[in-house]
Amino acid sequence: MKDPELSTADPVIEIKNVSASYNGFPVLEEINLTVHDTDFIGLIGPNGGGKTTLFKVILGLLKPKRGSVRIMGRTVEDGRCSVGYVPQVVEMDREFPIRVWEVVQMGLLGCRKPFRRIDQTERELVRYALAQVDMLELEQRAIGELSVGQRQRVYIARALATSPSILLLDEPTASVDPQIAASIYDMLARLNETVTIIMVSHDMNAVSAYVKTIGCLNKTLHYHGSKEITEEMAQAMYECPVDLIAHGLPHRVLSPHTHTHTHTHNGDHEHD
Amino acid sequence: METTNMIEALQYGFMRNALAAGILVSIATGIIGTYIVTNRIVFLSGGIAHAAYGGIGLGYLLGINPIVGAIGFALASAMGMGLVHRRTKQRSDTIIGIMWAIGMALGIIFLDLSPGYKADLMSYLFGSILAVPTGDLLIMLVLNIIIVTLVILFYRPLQAISFDETFATVVSVPVDRLYLMLIGMVAMTVVMTMRIVGLIMVIALLTIPPAIAGLFVRDMKRMMVASVLLSIAFTIIGLALSYTLNLTSGATIILVAGLGYFMSLMVKSTVKK
Repeated sequence: MKDPELSTADPVIEIKNVSASYNGFPVLEEINLTVHDTDFIGLIGPNGGGKTTLFKVILGLLKPKRGSVRIMGRTVEDGRCSVGYVPQVVEMDREFPIRVWEVVQMGLLGCRKPFRRIDQTERELVRYALAQVDMLELEQRAIGELSVGQRQRVYIARALATSPSILLLDEPTASVDPQIAASIYDMLARLNETVTIIMVSHDMNAVSAYVKTIGCLNKTLHYHGSKEITEEMAQAMYECPVDLIAHGLPHRVLSPHTHTHTHTHNGDHEHD
Repeated sequence: METTNMIEALQYGFMRNALAAGILVSIATGIIGTYIVTNRIVFLSGGIAHAAYGGIGLGYLLGINPIVGAIGFALASAMGMGLVHRRTKQRSDTIIGIMWAIGMALGIIFLDLSPGYKADLMSYLFGSILAVPTGDLLIMLVLNIIIVTLVILFYRPLQAISFDETFATVVSVPVDRLYLMLIGMVAMTVVMTMRIVGLIMVIALLTIPPAIAGLFVRDMKRMMVASVLLSIAFTIIGLALSYTLNLTSGATIILVAGLGYFMSLMVKSTVKK
């Protein structure tokens, strides 16, 4: 899976001075982010802060206005072969005729030779990925018959089937039961021994318990490679810590100083 | 009675050609119709069918086989509409509607400009399964072979772009090229189907069988097979009815298919309860 020529010290994703906009509205400004091997970054930020857009830029779905993105030292188009993507669950055509295993099998399509039949190893990989999210029994079901949470797990399995070196997860547990969410986070933590993970989440408990570092994104990115929301971040990101406090954030995420600081300054906004 | 009539009728060459055409067209419409319905490009397909009329007019004007003109026009307009559908996020249906009408208008003007009596012009509008020459059967066979081969080769990537285009892009599936290939196959199918039910009713034969199949199966391959079989059934029943009752064949086939659709809806709703 890993490129042998790539030393572990090299960044797996390198984002330099990236600005992006949607229909002329700037969504990302001057983003710089260096992601290292086996990082586990939790991305938080207000709605419309550009988290999903940042993923789209990394995946080459949206061309940035300025700046550059490199994945595993390669261009986005080549490098995204090593990225597994779990999109936010959106409404879909529930009548669409496709089975669960066929959806997961889509993960095998990329970066392999066309016209080749799926071999035994790949079949195993699909089953393994489904087992990881506890969806193996439902592999013959049509995707439209599943609940939203089950569908989300299928999308996670599909990303796993790409044998990724990097996983990008956009709200991976937004519609999943708490117990299943916990098992997914446990699985991510296990995978993180070899796989680099960037996860967008509103689930602050999960972010604080499982990720190694936290970044705040609200048009600009505040990321210091640490797990603490610094005073600077709190001030610049304003809405981030308000969001945190409103959700009863475990204390260890905020550094004590910042904690009191935000409280005193933003106390009157906590019902936002 | 009816069956003996049909068997007698089969002694005629035109009837054998009609049956062969019905089966060949059903293979293409069943497979491609499944993609049209699941990709929600019914309107785009209708646009291609009508724009192809420009090619028929051009065929008359240049004195070549109108079907060849129709294939050319259908493919060109398909690429145009496909690109519009891909590139413009909003209101691509408006632009497709405009191209639909322009193609039709071009056909009428080309026909005005071409000299002589255009005897079988109506057959392109309303179909004429009883007047399919053996040469056209050969064209249908070739188009079918192309379509079936492409669908077998690209089954999984085509399913991927139909289901989740974004993810397909991320795993570096050539989404744009595959999409244009699909639209090209739609164009070929439309031209073939035009011979049977006419360009005005093409869309019904493309969508009704997959729509029925989609009520009962949740698997794309099965949906294709079921659509092909349904399409063959509708065509043969329609053909037999039109022969015995002396009705227009294309319209009879469509009415049989339509009746089949509403009966399926009723069956589906009773099964659900």
